Amino acid sequence: MKRKRTHGFQVLLPLSVLAILILINLVKGADYFSVSLINGALYGNIPNILFGASELVILSIGMTLVTSSSGGQDISVGVAATITSSVFVRVLLGSSAITWTAILAAFIVSCAVGIVIGAFNGSLVAIFNVQPMVATLILFTAGRSIAFLVDGRLSPILANDLTSQIGSVIPGVPIQTPIILTAAFIAVVAAFLKATNLRLYSEAVGINPKAARLNGIDPVRIKLLTYMILGVCTAVAGFIAVTKAGRHDSVNLLKFCEMDAILAVAIGGNPLGGGRFSVSGSIIGAYTIEVLNRTLLRLEVDPETIKAFKAAFILVLMVVSSPVVRAYAAKGVAKIRARLDASSARDSCGPEQEEA
Amino acid sequence: MNTTRRKEAISNSNLLFAIAAAIFVLMYGFAILCYPRSFLQYQTFFDLFNLNAPLIILTLGLSIVMIGGGIDISVGAVTGLVTMCCAVYLESGTGSVGGSMLLALGIGVAFGVLQGFLIAYLEIQPFIITLSGMFLANGLLTTIHKDPLNVTLPEFVLLRDFELVVPWLGTTNRLGNFIPLAIKPGTVVALALIALLAVLMRWSRFGRNLYAVGGNSQSALMLGINVKRTKFGSYALCGLLSGVAGFVYIMTTGAGNVGNASGFEMKAIAGSIIGGTMLSGGVGNLIGSPIGALTLLTINELIRAAGVNSNFQSIVSGLLLCVFIVLQSVVLWLRGARGFRLALPAWLAPSGERG
Repeated sequence: MKRKRTHGFQVLLPLSVLAILILINLVKGADYFSVSLINGALYGNIPNILFGASELVILSIGMTLVTSSSGGQDISVGVAATITSSVFVRVLLGSSAITWTAILAAFIVSCAVGIVIGAFNGSLVAIFNVQPMVATLILFTAGRSIAFLVDGRLSPILANDLTSQIGSVIPGVPIQTPIILTAAFIAVVAAFLKATNLRLYSEAVGINPKAARLNGIDPVRIKLLTYMILGVCTAVAGFIAVTKAGRHDSVNLLKFCEMDAILAVAIGGNPLGGGRFSVSGSIIGAYTIEVLNRTLLRLEVDPETIKAFKAAFILVLMVVSSPVVRAYAAKGVAKIRARLDASSARDSCGPEQEEA
Repeated sequence: MNTTRRKEAISNSNLLFAIAAAIFVLMYGFAILCYPRSFLQYQTFFDLFNLNAPLIILTLGLSIVMIGGGIDISVGAVTGLVTMCCAVYLESGTGSVGGSMLLALGIGVAFGVLQGFLIAYLEIQPFIITLSGMFLANGLLTTIHKDPLNVTLPEFVLLRDFELVVPWLGTTNRLGNFIPLAIKPGTVVALALIALLAVLMRWSRFGRNLYAVGGNSQSALMLGINVKRTKFGSYALCGLLSGVAGFVYIMTTGAGNVGNASGFEMKAIAGSIIGGTMLSGGVGNLIGSPIGALTLLTINELIRAAGVNSNFQSIVSGLLLCVFIVLQSVVLWLRGARGFRLALPAWLAPSGERG
């Protein structure tokens, strides 16, 4: 019962932020959200937002799991996605003809690379007890150079119909392909979390590894597993990013994406110290970041100043949701409630209470 | 180094420091063996300081925060912001060198105080706060000025080109001319700060409190240490040091640029870790961290001297970092400190270890 209530609060924070942002956009002009059908494909700002945030959403799902089980963040996700996508491009360009099966094979190879990367980071974290941020700093330092070496040259180009269809629209399907892929990925993750005990196990490991060990859960295995899942997430995100871009730029692909993914986890109301987690919160957080970026652009903030505004927004959000401010607010609400209760007892009528 | 005269032979901080120092000496010895002509020059050694004084100063600030159990990833961006602000101020026509120095310190302290307040008193995650500090500094930097800005104020140019010449140290070049050793003022600042902060962290009340807070903030609170104020102090000090680093940066390069000091936060974290500071807090050494940074820089110089693909620079840095991290945890495991144990599979664990 108690757990369910806190879970509800977790999603409340990102949802309310998203609502505020949407409200700002509505005030600015409601036509912003209009969606039109051109040449059999949906166009408009809502599909654009879903399209733009797809990699971030996938990365933030993996980041949520890792945060929950190991109590730390992987700062190498963007770099790992660059490596996996470089492998994807290498395998695809090396194949004799680019067909759907060749793309699938290359994608599976890149997933395997992602799992290897996850196992490397995960073994440092789980076996050697290194702080996740430090452990992933290794790949953060070396990764883009490794991707460059895999590429063999500066930004190989993916010029063919099939991959550009994956990156934009398949003829006859009204929705952009990355959106479909993201939705499918979310569905798979949801089914996986529903069908397995992974949620319970990783929460237990994140809250207290020793207690989890005593209860028969192997913390090492669970941490390794979450990092490998994150590896698969990076492979999928890298796949989407490189098909969107149409070329593999090992220097700039998904740059600073790791910071945004961590931010999405934090906005999603997940404690960054591990334990309880809500994947839906992180997903909403990721979309919120995308909406925030676009809203700032729409409010005609200079592109140079956007980062500062974004920072101010995050700071305000974090201050509002900080434990100290929350405790103050709870105290204030309790005081108001007590006063209201006293007056309602006197008047014997129930006044409406304000939600905090 | 063992001045604490405890029963325990050597503390974790000192052990990790000793390893870092040994690795640095080995690395530099290796460099001398491979390229005796360049690495035997005093100038090469001091150029590590001359060109990288800002990074070394940032490493100091980060290790202070890390000893307190926190993290600050805004330092690089704040340093960049400081260089640009100083450049704009110096070029505005009313600027003076002293004023720009004050400006640099002011910006650094402002960031440090803001972040420190939010982290220590409002108990928000340091990672997120300093991440948004990084975005803020970056955004302000590009808002203030976008294009590279060269400072032409005569007083400042004098300061930029000023070099301390040490006539009794130096090398004769191939033509037989004696070239004395030149040291930039930034090197002096960095060395002075290393000495000052090492003393501060070792013998002052603030330093000891910070070690206690980083080691275990709960028991530090029980001991009557003002945990919040100590944490706040560490972030404020780190901000101040990023301000200093920014001024030293512009004093070395003489120009404000959007790309100034970008990526320094990760380099500084890597340097601190190699120098034996642990991100979990309470363990670290203020002399070790610059040595860690110097180790990384020496490797980069070595690779540059070897003339291989520059991509190998970062790959080798990453490998070294990996070796170091594993080495640290193995050492801590062997000493059995803090109940630290590697989760090795059963067939790898020695028979004496109890599972």
